[in-house]
Parts: sequence; C-alpha cells; structure tokens
Amino acid sequence: MNLDTTQSLPYLLPELILVATLLTVFVGDLFVRTKDRLGEIALLGTALALVAVSRVAAWPEASLFYRMVTHDQFAVFFKVIFSLATIAVVLMSLTSREVRRSSQGEYYGMLVAGTLGMFLMASASNLLMAYLSLEFVSLTSYVLTGVLRHSRRSGEAALKYLLYGGVASATMIYGMSWIFGLTGSLDYGAISAVLGQGHVNPLALFIALVLTLAGFGYKIAAVPFHMWAPDVYQGAPIPVAAFLSVGSKAAGFALLIRFFYPAISHLAANGVWTVLPGTQWPQLVLVLSMITMTLGNLAALSQQNLKRLLAYSSIAHAGYILMGFVVLTNDGLRAMMFYLVTYYLMNIGAFLVVMIVANSTEREDIDAYRGLAWRGGAAPAVAMAIFLFSLAGLPPLAGFVGKFYLFAAVIERHFYLLALVGVLNSVISLYYYARIVKAMFLEQPQGGEGRVAVGLQDGFLMGSLAGATLLLGVYWSPVMAMVDRSLRFFLG
Amino acid sequence: MSHVLTYMTFIPLAGMVAILCLPRERHDLIKWTAVAATTPPLLLAIWLFAHFDRTQAGFQLMERHTWIAFGSFKAEYLVGVDGISVTMVLLTALLCFICIFASWGINKAVKGYFALFLLLDAGMMGVFVALDFLLFFVFWEVMLLPMYFLIGIWGGPRREYAAIKFFLYTLVGSALMLLAILALYFYNDPHTLDMTQLIANSSHYSRQFQLVVWIALFVGFAIKIPAFPFHTWLPDAHVEAPTAISVILAGVLLKMGTYGLLRVNYAVLPQATAELAYYFLGALGTFNIVYGALCAMAQKDLKKLVAYSSISHMGYVMLGMASFTIQGINGAVLQMFNHGTVTAMLFLLVGVIYDRAHHRDIEGFGGLATTMPVYTGVTALAFFAAMGLPGLSAFISEVLVLLGAWQTAPGLTVIAATAVVLTAGYLLWTMQRMYFGQVNEKYVGLPEINGRELFTLMPLGAIVVVLGVYPAPILDLITHSLQNLNHMVLPYL
Repeated sequence: MNLDTTQSLPYLLPELILVATLLTVFVGDLFVRTKDRLGEIALLGTALALVAVSRVAAWPEASLFYRMVTHDQFAVFFKVIFSLATIAVVLMSLTSREVRRSSQGEYYGMLVAGTLGMFLMASASNLLMAYLSLEFVSLTSYVLTGVLRHSRRSGEAALKYLLYGGVASATMIYGMSWIFGLTGSLDYGAISAVLGQGHVNPLALFIALVLTLAGFGYKIAAVPFHMWAPDVYQGAPIPVAAFLSVGSKAAGFALLIRFFYPAISHLAANGVWTVLPGTQWPQLVLVLSMITMTLGNLAALSQQNLKRLLAYSSIAHAGYILMGFVVLTNDGLRAMMFYLVTYYLMNIGAFLVVMIVANSTEREDIDAYRGLAWRGGAAPAVAMAIFLFSLAGLPPLAGFVGKFYLFAAVIERHFYLLALVGVLNSVISLYYYARIVKAMFLEQPQGGEGRVAVGLQDGFLMGSLAGATLLLGVYWSPVMAMVDRSLRFFLG
Repeated sequence: MSHVLTYMTFIPLAGMVAILCLPRERHDLIKWTAVAATTPPLLLAIWLFAHFDRTQAGFQLMERHTWIAFGSFKAEYLVGVDGISVTMVLLTALLCFICIFASWGINKAVKGYFALFLLLDAGMMGVFVALDFLLFFVFWEVMLLPMYFLIGIWGGPRREYAAIKFFLYTLVGSALMLLAILALYFYNDPHTLDMTQLIANSSHYSRQFQLVVWIALFVGFAIKIPAFPFHTWLPDAHVEAPTAISVILAGVLLKMGTYGLLRVNYAVLPQATAELAYYFLGALGTFNIVYGALCAMAQKDLKKLVAYSSISHMGYVMLGMASFTIQGINGAVLQMFNHGTVTAMLFLLVGVIYDRAHHRDIEGFGGLATTMPVYTGVTALAFFAAMGLPGLSAFISEVLVLLGAWQTAPGLTVIAATAVVLTAGYLLWTMQRMYFGQVNEKYVGLPEINGRELFTLMPLGAIVVVLGVYPAPILDLITHSLQNLNHMVLPYL
C-alpha cells in the first residue's frame, strides 16, 4: 500500500507529537522560570509519542509519503526502544547536575529532536531519507555533546564528533551516489528490483556498499569509524552519553539492517538470506566485527574514566551485535534485536549509576568508586554490579541471554572462529567490568571519596532497570516473542 | 515428594531473599535464618538417600516444565538425579549446612556474607540436579558471582587477586562450554538441550565432532577439577578464601569438574571419551597425583598444603574414571565423596588453628598435642584419612581406583601407587612439625577446640570412619548408574 501525503499523515502521529513537544519546549524556554518544567514537558511528550506508536503499530503496513518512509513492525520495534531510551535519559537529565547547569531549553529540545530523527531513521525506505534522518540525528548529537558551554572538554568533543561525522557522512553519500548511478533509484524497493535482475557490475556495487557502510558504521561506533566515541562520551554530559550509546547506536543498527537485508539481499523461505552475487559484504563485516569487539575490549582494559571505559565497552558491544549481522539469517537478526533490548537496560543502567556517583562526588574516575558499597552507596553499587556483570554476559542476567542468542545464531551457521573470538572477548571484558566491581566492593574507602546519595527518582529508575535486567535473565519468552513479531519488513 | 529436588535448590534461594529483608545489625537472626535455609535441604537429602531406588540406573525424581519456548528453541526446567548426582547432592547439602556453623565467626558485612553463601548453595545444588543443558550452564555460572565476592570481600590479604583469578579461569572454561553446548544443540535434529535426549543420541555424533566438543568441554571441566596445567587458580583461591568457603571450594566445587565429565563427556560423547580418556584423564590424573603431592610437600603454609593435597587427591578421581573398569569408576565417584568429607575436615581444622594463632605457618607451631589434645586427635583422624589409611574412607576409594586402573593402565597405576608414599610423607612430616616435638612457648595458652567447631567436624569424622569400614551405603547408590555409563563407553574402546 503506497500512501500519499494526506493519507500518510495519521501514521505520522508519533512523530508529530514529538515535533509539537519540541516546539513547546523551545517556546516554553522563553516563558518558564522553573526550567525543570521543560524536562517534564519532554518526558510527557515522549511518553505520548510512545502511546501513539503503540496505537499506530496495529495498523496495516504501508509506504508513506510517496515511499520515503515505511510503516512496518520493524520500525515500530525500534521506535519503542527510542522512546524508552529518551524517557530514561530525560529522567536521568532531570537529576543531572551537569544538565541543570546548562541551558535546559535547548538541551531538552535537542533531545526530543534527536528522538524524532531516530524515528525517521528506523522507518526510512529511501536512501535520501536515510541520509537526511541520519544527518538530523548527528546534528542534534553534536549540539547535545557540546551543551556544557563552560567545559572545554565538552566543546572539544563536539568538534571532534562533528569532524568525524562530516567525513563519515560524506563518504556515505558518495557511496549512495554510486548506488543511484548503478540502479537509477534511491528507493529501497526499486533498488531491490533492479539489483534482482543481476545486470549491475558487482565490483562497483561492492565499492558502493563499502562506502555506504562508513556512515552506518560511524553511527554504531564500529571499527574503523569508532574513534569519536571515547572522546565524545567522556566530554558529553552523562545522560547524553547514555543517549548516544543506546539510542543512536540502535538507530544505526535499524538503518543498517533495513538497507543491507530487505533492500539488497534476498530472503529464502527457511529464514536464510542470500546476498547478491559478487557483493561479499558479510565477510567484510565479519572481520570488522571481530576487530571491533577485540579492539574495544582491549582498549577498555586500561581506562580510568568510567565514561571512557563504557565508551570502549559500547564499541565492543557493537562488535558483538554485528555477529548477528553477518550470519544472514532471521535468527541472527532476532538475536541482534533482542540484544539491543538487553543492551538498553544494562547500558542505561550503568550510565545512570555513573551519573549518581558524579552528582554526589563530581568525579567519574574509577577511584571515586573505591569502597562505594561501604560508604552508604550499597544500592547503586549492587545495581552497578548487576549492570556490569550483565554487560559481561554472565547468567542469570539479561546480557547473557542476548549473547546466548548471538552465539547460537553464529554457531548455527558454522562460524566457529567468530564464535570463539566472541566468547574470548567476553572473558576479556569481564576483567575490566570486574575492576569496577572490585573497586566498589573489595576495596575499602580511604576517605575523601565523599558520600553518595541516591534520590527517589534515580533510585526508582535504577531499581526498575536492575530488576528488568535480572528478570530478563531468567525469563525472556515475551520479549523474544515481541522481537519475533517485529521482524517484518515492508518495502512496498 | 516429587518436587524434592526443586525444594532443595530453591529453599536456599528463598533463604537468601529472607536474609536480604532482615535488618543488617541482627547478626544472630541472619545466621539462624541461614541455618533454617540449609536444614531442609539436608533433611531432604537424607530422605533422598533413604528413598532412592538403588536398583535403577536411570534418572529418578524427574521434573519437567517448559521454561523458554520460542519457535523451535526450547529450554526446559528439567531436573533429576541418578546415582552419581544423588551422591553429590548429599555432599552439597551436608557441607553447606556445616559451613553455616563454620562461618559463625564472620563479623564483617554478615548479611551480605550469608545471602551470598545461600546463593552459592542454590547454584551448586542446581548444577547437580539440572538435566537441561542451558539450565545446567546457568547454575554453573550462578556460582561464580557469589564465590567471587565471598573470596574477594571476606578473604585473606591477597583476596582481590585470588578472586579475580578464580573468576577469569572459570569463565574461560565456561565460555568454551557454552560453545560446546550450542554445537551439541544444533547438531541434534530436532535441536535439543535436554541431556537425556543428548545422551540417547550419543551414537549419532560423528567422530570428529565428538573430539572437538569433548576437548572444549574438557577444558571447562578440567579448570574446575583442577587438572594440571589449569590448576594455578586453586592454591590462591583456597588460601585466601575464608574457612567455610575453602571447604565449599574443595568439598563441592572441585567435584563439579569430574561430575561434569561423567555427566556430559562420558554419557554424551562416548567415542571421544574412549579415545581421549587415557591421555587427558589417566595420564594427566596421574601427573596430578604426583605433582600435587610434591607441591604439597614443599609448602610452608598449612592451608596451601591442604590445597595442593586436593589437586593430588582429585588425580585419583581422574585416574579411576579413565580405567573404564567397574572398580575404577566406582572408586572414582566414591573418592569424589570421600575427598569432599576429608578435605572439608582438613580445611575446618586449618580454620580452627588460624582463628587462634592468626597464622598458618607450619614451622611456627610445635607440640600442639600437649596444649590442644582433642584438636590434635581430630586432626590425626583427618590426616590419616587423607593419607588413605586402612579403616578410613579414602583408603577404600583409592584402592578401588588403583585396582581398576591396574587392569587397563598398569604403568600409570604403578606411578600413582608410589605417590601414596609422598602423601604419607608430607602429612606425617607436617604432623610431626606442628603437633609433636618441642612445645612452642608462644602457644601454650591456646584454647582447646570449642563445641561449635567440634559440631562441624564430628559428622564428617563419623562418615569418614563408617565409610572406611562399610562403604556400601555410597557404593550401592552409584554402582548401577556407573555400570550403565561404563557400558556406553566400552564398545568404543
């Protein structure tokens, strides 16, 4: 079903709500004295958007706006993740010291705008739309990173982010221009149809795909486009780092999957995909996946700053998730999507604890965590241990289940080397996650670390995330069923 | 009583939740809650011992529920016991109960300690009763976290190093195990994680597949045993861990390695077992026996000596398993049980002296027999048992192992039997230095072993003596299951 502009509008309800929220925040900034209200407006707007997403979800699949964006279950799944990520990040921001010292109107506005961009990334079915939405998310991310005007580090991070982003997106759009030249179209459906006839020069197409991959790889922070992540995470306010590591990464994966799977690959009946002859991108991504996780984990080993450590950890996790991407099966895609859910819980959780500690102590280095469990911070310490061990992939926590499905997908297709590299990386990662746990529990405070207090709101969010991480580790059928329902692409 | 295994696994977990709800200052209440959470599993274990059908080789008291079902993927909550696991369940229930009392002196973060201990208890029980491979793996890993904290927070001076070393070693093993589990899952058609199903299909796996999966699993289990060269975590972890945790480590955790080999490698991959057991279990086990004994002899720290003696004694288990004779394999499992009780006594006794003297330097004592006669008596019992003196439990199992191994691997048996002299050497030498000879003036006033400590040691001592003269209660339990297991491997030899 191809819908024109007026017919498409109802489908756009969630996005329209976000636009309205964004405008309200910007305008409200001029009048409201208590800036907290702006955060609450953003929270309310995103929650409403989430409700709208769940309403729209039940409607039949359709191509909207002359096939620029699509409405399918795959997009809905990611929109739910983005909304939940934004809700959590806004809740974090409301108590973040850093955010409260910045200009909150712009901050919350940009956060909502970023969410809007991600919504469009998940549903783009045209290369032009893909590019525009990705750039939109990037631009808001640059602003969010640099929002701490008094901090040199924040400004530097924003500039670095901008420069890397510029290079990556230029490379990507160059690749897209090749695709347009080869197929005569930017529309995923049309590209798929032209490629299916098999008249395209495979080498040229492969080059085009590699160039395009640059932009996507940059968004998910995969090697060799990962260099921005450590500096940006460290320089950005903590909620923004959480937003980028979860929301932005998931959006990158949404874009990546939709383009590389339904648009240019072919699905056979048994849930296995075949790539176009001559375009061996899975092999390339396989190597990138192994390098990404290994480099991310090795670099994380020696980090002292928690945000920087989590940045490298998030690079490593991009590598893990890419394992599901190279096996060319629906099982692999399901594993990726499931992993993104678990990653949302544990990574937001970890950043939340970093923020709680930073709010009390103004510090982000590992020494600030020394003896955390013994100086009044038992609850955040326990929660942090849950999040970190889950990131390391230990049962009975959600991260284990995520990794289990990824490894299962990999073994099913006999990629034994990849699986071996993956599990050995999990072992390496435990070392640096355990370093933090060691500091919190095994070491005694030496005085001067300062007390850590947890507010009601942070405590609630932290408890919910930790509880969900535990629960998902012992019983995950409903989430997996949701992921399975969501694996439906519609390209007209 | 069909849910008895579930109760045994989850009552400690319920106890953990209960303890977490208690106020942190109520130490006594917390400790008695821990007692209340470990008593039912012990009573149920005794019930199990009484009602277990010894004439059956297969799994009993099975309980099966769907846990995760999604598409073709299915994981079950599947528990059951055969003769091998029922022995281990008994040992676990007993040692966990005793260790609560051995932990009575803990005064740092009491609530956390007992909560983690009960989580560990649940994890160990789960490993021995789980028959779904994913469930087995989850329980296997669940033990890691509490153990890491128990060593790392309540341990000795080098506890942080010991804790992370234990954690990383075990995780390497379990990472390989996870891959092996997945490989087995996908090799079977229809895909399954049900161990009984995997065992039933054991004749269908190709040789090469068996060899690869066998090695991956072996590394995972060998780290736990621990077999040379994967043993280096053990002296560190045992020495740094608090007394009760050393008991659990040596008494129960080490058995998981050999239990896993019997449950998975032997039953699921019989062909690979037949081909590889001589080198990986027989030869390596013999090396363990000699190497562990020699290392033990060189130790100055009593606890480290006991730790190395564990490596040596677990070697007998490996050798017995590799013999593929009914005596040898029965002796191996009996040795698992006996080592569990004897080594538990040894670690408890080390704890007793450490609590009084605050060091464990063998050379630093002397003439303790005069100041602490009762303590010395119990120690002598444990030492003689560890030495394999006739009339005490370990003698029977070691003789069975050597008897069995002699039939198929006489060369290894000769070496292993000679090492008995080494064992006697390091134990008697220690005995002489610590308990006899010149009385050390510093320790004249050392208080005698107290009632609580005796209470933890007496049941173990009684078992050691009873099984030394009459091993039938345990042998009857295991023999049918082991015979069955042996018959699965024999055709491939």
